[in-house]
Amino acid sequence: MTDTATATATATATDTDTDTDTKTLTGGITATEIVYAYAVLRRTPEAVAAVADLHGIAGEPIHLLDSADRASELAVAVGPVPAADFDEAPLKSNLEDLSWLESTARGHHTVVAVLARCGATVLPLRLATVYRDQDRVRQALDARRDDFLSLLDRVTGHVELGVKIYASPDTAPSGPVRDPDRAPAARVLAAGVGAGRAYLAGRRRKRQSAEDAWQAATQAAARLTETAGGLAVDRVAHRPQRADLAGPVPGTNVSNDAYLVAADRVDDFRTRVLAAAEGLPGVRVELTGPWAPYSFAIPPEPVL
Amino acid sequence: MTVSPYADRQVALVDLLDRLLQGGVVLTGDLVLSIADVDLVRIDLRAVIAPVAALVAADTARPTPPL
Repeated sequence: MTDTATATATATATDTDTDTDTKTLTGGITATEIVYAYAVLRRTPEAVAAVADLHGIAGEPIHLLDSADRASELAVAVGPVPAADFDEAPLKSNLEDLSWLESTARGHHTVVAVLARCGATVLPLRLATVYRDQDRVRQALDARRDDFLSLLDRVTGHVELGVKIYASPDTAPSGPVRDPDRAPAARVLAAGVGAGRAYLAGRRRKRQSAEDAWQAATQAAARLTETAGGLAVDRVAHRPQRADLAGPVPGTNVSNDAYLVAADRVDDFRTRVLAAAEGLPGVRVELTGPWAPYSFAIPPEPVL
Repeated sequence: MTVSPYADRQVALVDLLDRLLQGGVVLTGDLVLSIADVDLVRIDLRAVIAPVAALVAADTARPTPPL
């Protein structure tokens, strides 16, 4: 009953010269389609209601695919997507196309966000998790059923918040950095000291104050991380984001962390982290979220 | 600052990719393609470059801070 709910099964005419079976597979998946899996979740009334009118990255209807163990209520939100875009070869090249990547990532995120907003606890899957058919999805789900159930228990009632800390010593209004660029030149003119020596001294001072500022910023970042950690149940460090092209944000991203926070403490977390950042020299903090617990959906055993 | 969980406000692609490429359940088994086979560094780098380029091009649209 579950798999056919949204299956419109428009038995698409497929190539007859392939030996692939063209009959409609389970859940309305045809041979020209493969299965995109979005999130692991429990078949709760909220989840069922959320998928009723939900469409995925290819505009396809989303449905819940149940675990073989119905009693566990474990399910995966899946949708049939065109094999022409998601089979191995096209997928590989599509992932290198930034606009395709962006629309796919946003489409995936939309499905996850709608499920979460409707009150379902979800474990989002990594981008482009695709299978040839539903049986293979179910096998993969069942193989780790206990892991998923305990992960779901752990993130229930929690959201993910992102905290990015930037060291931006230049924005520090006071402290050891005082216009290091101009001071030496002015002194050269005033005192008539050998220009070369003054230049070198200026460079030294500049380097020293930059180092001091950097050190202050990293210490501040560490304190901020401690504050945030105290307000969360878990933390995952992502790679700092690169800004090698002097991106739109000033400063260097020194930490890019995700925190698992109780849903009813989100406001508290934001307020206190921002307040803690306020008094710290040379750092700027950016909060993102709430997100579904993407960063906390990693299974206990390291897969990477 | 109003906090509506999972608001529709567009998230930054780079933040989303951190989560979708580094986070997320890695459901294994008989996958069509393992994302690990894809050159993620290159994808990441492009994701960094593109928004910057877009901002330079469309400097009328100031990036709105996430809050």
